[in-house]
Amino acid sequence: MQSDPALTVSATTVRFGGLTALDDVSLAVRPGTVHGVIGPNGAGKTTLFNVICGFVRPVRGEVLWRGESLRHHRTHDLARLGITRTVQGLGLFAGATVLDNVLVGAHRHRGSSALGTLLGLRGAVRDERRLTERALGVLDELDIARWRDALPGALPYGVRKRVALARALVAEPELLLLDEPASGLSEVEVEELVVLLRGLTDRTAVLLVEHHVDMVMRVCDHITVLDFGRVIADGPPEQVRADERVTEAYLGTAG
Amino acid sequence: MPDFLTLTLGGLTNGAIYAALGLALVIIYRATRVVNFAQPALALLCAYLAYSVNRATGGYWLGLLVALVAGGVLGALTERVLMRPLRRSGELAPVIATLGLLMLLQAVSGMIWSAEPKSFPYAFDFRGAFSPAAVFVVVVVLVTAGAVLALFGATTLGLRMRAAAFKPEVASLVGVKVGLMLTIGWTLAAVVGALAGVLAAPPFLSPTVLDAVFVYALTAAVLGGLENPVGTIIGGFGLGVVLSYVSGYVGPELVTLASLAILVLVLTFRPHGLFGRGVARRV
Repeated sequence: MQSDPALTVSATTVRFGGLTALDDVSLAVRPGTVHGVIGPNGAGKTTLFNVICGFVRPVRGEVLWRGESLRHHRTHDLARLGITRTVQGLGLFAGATVLDNVLVGAHRHRGSSALGTLLGLRGAVRDERRLTERALGVLDELDIARWRDALPGALPYGVRKRVALARALVAEPELLLLDEPASGLSEVEVEELVVLLRGLTDRTAVLLVEHHVDMVMRVCDHITVLDFGRVIADGPPEQVRADERVTEAYLGTAG
Repeated sequence: MPDFLTLTLGGLTNGAIYAALGLALVIIYRATRVVNFAQPALALLCAYLAYSVNRATGGYWLGLLVALVAGGVLGALTERVLMRPLRRSGELAPVIATLGLLMLLQAVSGMIWSAEPKSFPYAFDFRGAFSPAAVFVVVVVLVTAGAVLALFGATTLGLRMRAAAFKPEVASLVGVKVGLMLTIGWTLAAVVGALAGVLAAPPFLSPTVLDAVFVYALTAAVLGGLENPVGTIIGGFGLGVVLSYVSGYVGPELVTLASLAILVLVLTFRPHGLFGRGVARRV
């Protein structure tokens, strides 16, 4: 018995000029699962994320969040709806400390308005304190609290990746979109990431795009394989691993 | 020979105004990478509104309040109506648009209130070396600057504004309303600019009264590296004092020239400002 999907991408096609980046792609992410999207370079993985986030408009199809179309939502609405995302370049704010970087993402549950902050209302001040506490909690959880006052530029890459993850997690999302979470990490760090992601499933679904196939096979409950913008396999890891078309797509053997 | 203390105090008073108008420029530059050349005209319009309210009511404070509110409204409108459609039009288009707005607003002010100088009141008694009016100017600007710094440095709203300016796409992915942050930035800047306009206007208000002040404010902002509020405030006060010495010891006709010379020297030898540290401190 499976629960209703949290996120549904339905029959979505994206074209850039003459290039079809996504061709009739459908997938469903269920609550409390880790869902991986793999595929060779140029298969359309990041385009898929960009469609979900509203950076790219599909020519056909739509994205549903809990059964409701995201067509009319703007990118910044998604965090409020419970969807946050990390990006490949990490996109950390260079001049802000680790704590401040995480605080940028920490306002989803903020009660007071921008005006309240400008006027220095007491409720707003209390909110700021609560947000800081929550951000510190996430830093603690990801074991990077000791770098709270450091600037990201001075930190090792693995730590910076965790800062980006913390910034997406602090909004308490119900769907976390991770763009290549394992890239650039050492084998040890990848192991830690697998444990960490599995630990998130009691509070959020995870949709990740990744090149590291071994890692995806171990961490994911469900895998969608893209090749040239089409879904060529979709199912649990063992089924996808056994799929001949997947092997072909990765090894490049024709028929 | 003019009195050193008098020159210094007078310079600090003028410098406060340069600092405030410079701060308005820095807030917008940080948020959008645009030097808002329309800033003096926005401030001018607000000062004229204060003048009209002062004339109608005979008081000072209601006029100041109206000017600040009008500044906020004008700032928000400028961002929504003029700047937002140009966001993806390259770096030059928004700057040219602010120049256009400058000319438009200056002309409109002249049409409504005429080019003839209007007498504009001080907040308090302005007689003496460091008069109550001068103290008022310095204190108001320092308090305003402190509030702006606290907003940017110590609140999550300020943090989101910085994030929206630095990496708009990434900021929107974690839920920052980038458009709203820009509107708030322009609003805030225009309110600070309106304050500077009202403080700079006395004793006489005319359509060109802020032109020279704008050159000094821009110099102050460049001294601070264009995106460093603290540097700009120090730059504003410092420039005020230096120009006051130039005026007193060398000659008042050389003040604008001296300011432009400082601007050129800073841009040549310290393009990131006296306090700037280059690209690394962009947030």
